[in-house]
Amino acid sequence: MASYSTNDFRGGLKLILDNDPCSIIENELVKPGKGQAFNRVKLRNLKTGRVLERTFKSGESVEAADVIDVDMEFSYNDGEFWYFMDPNTFEQVAAPDSAMIDSGKWIKAQELCTVTLWDGSPLVVTAPNFVELAVTETDPGLKGDTAQGGTKPATLESGAVVKVPLFIEEGELLKIDTRSGEYVSRVKS
Amino acid sequence: MSKHWQPTASIEAIKEKARILQSIRAFFAQRNVLEVETPIISSAAITDPQLESFSTQYNQQEFYLHTSPEFHMKRLLAAGSGDIYQLAKVFRDDELGRNHNPEFTLLEWYRSGFNHHQLMDEVEDLLRGLMNPAINSYQRISYQQAFINQLEIDPFEADVKALKQCAAKFKVESPQGMEEDRDMWLDWLMVEKIAPSFSKEGFTFLYDYPASQACLARLDKNDSRKANRFELFYGELELANGFYELTDADEQAKRFKNDNKIRQQRQQKLMPIDDCLLDALNSGLPDCSGVAIGIDRILMLIIGAKHIKDVISFGDEFSENSI
Repeated sequence: MASYSTNDFRGGLKLILDNDPCSIIENELVKPGKGQAFNRVKLRNLKTGRVLERTFKSGESVEAADVIDVDMEFSYNDGEFWYFMDPNTFEQVAAPDSAMIDSGKWIKAQELCTVTLWDGSPLVVTAPNFVELAVTETDPGLKGDTAQGGTKPATLESGAVVKVPLFIEEGELLKIDTRSGEYVSRVKS
Repeated sequence: MSKHWQPTASIEAIKEKARILQSIRAFFAQRNVLEVETPIISSAAITDPQLESFSTQYNQQEFYLHTSPEFHMKRLLAAGSGDIYQLAKVFRDDELGRNHNPEFTLLEWYRSGFNHHQLMDEVEDLLRGLMNPAINSYQRISYQQAFINQLEIDPFEADVKALKQCAAKFKVESPQGMEEDRDMWLDWLMVEKIAPSFSKEGFTFLYDYPASQACLARLDKNDSRKANRFELFYGELELANGFYELTDADEQAKRFKNDNKIRQQRQQKLMPIDDCLLDALNSGLPDCSGVAIGIDRILMLIIGAKHIKDVISFGDEFSENSI
């Protein structure tokens, strides 16, 4: 069985803790002066999405989680599952809502997402860092107001609501940063 | 993450480091403490099981990069150098993180005729001059008192069972692999409960450690359960370690051998004991205290850096495994 030593710990490393796959968010080496070193680690349980903290004695080994990241195209959502397809093998997987975390509201059909598979089943779906989505609903734009600050809410075709500048009109295509959920720019069509 | 050619520290941080080094040299010049240099590479090494030395070769013989300049500086003291200090680059394998870089700058100095309390006074004097903006909170608490205050347990009397019960009572979840190692449990409680109790915006000296954690400190002459060793913290961050130095060569030899015994049990590499240091102690080390301060961490405090690489000009040499 593959395992990692605490010396291998870094952000994104996937481990098995209490039989669940977890991903390291933060790893900090703590040492009481000259004594025994410990690794204080913040992890996300990839099944429940919950963040937990654990401390390891430095030098200990922890079982590696057998997970792989695959780029897959979003097909559709039937209200219960989100369906993705591997564009190379045409293999399909169904991700439950819990695996979507925040990703569901940013994606439309054919969007290429990163699907983290554990024993073949989808654990986490990560939307691309940037997506392009059309505005389906927003208050009318203010003419000439292209430089001033100030924002208004806009509903996007994926259902997400983001804050946009006042000059944005319905039907416009916008670039959104899915990590912060923020408007980046207009996309020229 | 690919590396950039640019320094990881800002030019401002690099200038601040130069200011600190100047200020340290002025401090010791005024007190007639001599600046010295000693070898970085040596055929003998530290035996401490908690410290790993980098090694290299010369002429097919193994050499080690020092983890502190302590052994050579003690040989100078025994040779009659008088009070000395050194600003040295030191190296510790397997120590990498937000507050750790495997290569870092240590200020180490020795004062003859000082006990550890007098040396703590001098550390405080130095820091009062270095810290900008000024920090005026300097507290001292003994290791024993800190454990009694926070955990209602006497660290000199408690056995492993009592320490485990204590951890459970204070809801400290313990890592795996702690076994029946008393010092490991003390270290664990230290990290989880004692250090976090220190003043968040001030310095704390913790002194008189358990005899089992004496390292190179002498045991207290009135209470052999404790060693005259101290550490300095800012909040939870450890900054310095000091000893009222052990001068007894036989006792020192015994501790080195015991370190290697522990190394053997833990399947760590056995380290070559420094016989020259033992000979120097035999010939007579002056009654003295010594301390080593991590200068990079001091700089982190001064400029408010969150990561040690922000204060080391090129702090990303080892960064592949870091966060």
